[in-house]
Amino acid sequence: MLSRRIVPCLDVRGGRVVKGVKFRDHVDMGDIAELALRYRDAGADELVFYDIGASPEGRSVDYGWVEKVSRLLDIPFCVAGGIRSVETARAVLHAGADKVSINTPALERPALIGELATAFGVQCVVVGIDSVREADGQWRVRSYTGDPSKTRAEGLRTLDWIVQAQALGAGEIVLNCMDSDGVRRGYDVEQLTAARALCHVPLVASGGAGLPEHFAAAFQQADVDAALAASVFHSGAIAIPELKRYLRAQAIEVRNAH
Amino acid sequence: MIRLALIDAGGANIGSVRYALGRLGVEAELTTDAQVIGRADRVILPGVGAAAQVMARLRELDLIDTIRSLQAPLLGVCVGMQVLFEHSEEDDTACLGLLAGRVAKLPVSPGIRVPHMGWNTLAARREASLTRGIGPHDQAYFVHSYAAPVSEDCLSSATHGQAFAAVVQRGRVAGAQFHPERSAAVGARLLQNFIEFGLA
Repeated sequence: MLSRRIVPCLDVRGGRVVKGVKFRDHVDMGDIAELALRYRDAGADELVFYDIGASPEGRSVDYGWVEKVSRLLDIPFCVAGGIRSVETARAVLHAGADKVSINTPALERPALIGELATAFGVQCVVVGIDSVREADGQWRVRSYTGDPSKTRAEGLRTLDWIVQAQALGAGEIVLNCMDSDGVRRGYDVEQLTAARALCHVPLVASGGAGLPEHFAAAFQQADVDAALAASVFHSGAIAIPELKRYLRAQAIEVRNAH
Repeated sequence: MIRLALIDAGGANIGSVRYALGRLGVEAELTTDAQVIGRADRVILPGVGAAAQVMARLRELDLIDTIRSLQAPLLGVCVGMQVLFEHSEEDDTACLGLLAGRVAKLPVSPGIRVPHMGWNTLAARREASLTRGIGPHDQAYFVHSYAAPVSEDCLSSATHGQAFAAVVQRGRVAGAQFHPERSAAVGARLLQNFIEFGLA
């Protein structure tokens, strides 16, 4: 049986893992490879490296560290941030990433999703979506969320974009519910459930994890395939082995990493 | 030192497979040269992408006959395993025909998402050196939309809606549908077995 995945997300800037407070004042957390292996040993099922600031600064990721991580890591990893062309994606994938995740560039030019799927197969193409609930009760997407001063409202309904992204060739959707992001009050189960109903490819919950119960709710109520989190893992508030023990006790299938 | 040829069929995971072998202390030779492939002790055909692309690339490199007539143990990975069969439903592609059977798209059904992406349990179907040390609860990392049927060549199966072939072997030809290079200790075990025992 297919396990539900636990996916730590590491923010990368200038080849180091960093932690931001309200998107600013980034604190150095350590060496990328070292932290990647630490999460691997703890039982992470997959890792996401997010090159923060890549899109707002109009640059793409530096691939040196991707190759270094790929040499060491024996679990899959995805690279996000600043990938806006087939050539860039090719360089990242050839450096050893298993998947690339695109967010703002896909909103700017949706055809990019199809181009990547044709070149590398849909299994390599992850579409990340930052979503906010607006005053009229509708969820709508945001772009350039890496920098609050540049974040844009696109007017596009999140659920419409999920349907469109799949039709274009997205092999996985990461739905980051910004209203719950960083608040640690739980994933936005309502929004994830609405997304799940329309999403036939793997769906990853993002934003809001604070307690093991939040992971269980996302898996059991919204039926997501994976749950992504950052701060609760980095701070040590939740240790992955204990989280997996808890989920297993709730009859949720997770990988035993020994 | 074992001579291991890694066929450069254009897939994006070639580097990852090479690094995985490196972690086991084996320096694989990334090649498209029929002579290098012909004199290797072990040959691995990795693949990410589509069966048609891999077959077109092998044809372009004039490697079809080289692979079909190989004497050394051959291991196909992911799409590299799928092209070992007779045919793939993906773009209606004629494949190498080294293994009997046809590769078909995994059907979507309630709760069954395609691509099949993530860690899934391996169920042993028959014993072989290639899967030695892989236990009944061990999991491997899969990412694919097409799969080969469970046949008598199947060493391990996995289930995603339906059972499909996760590891296959017939004589000197074998394949893994999952990614050994990204399957932690289980993947390393499979590669180590292939290096150590070939396909005995």
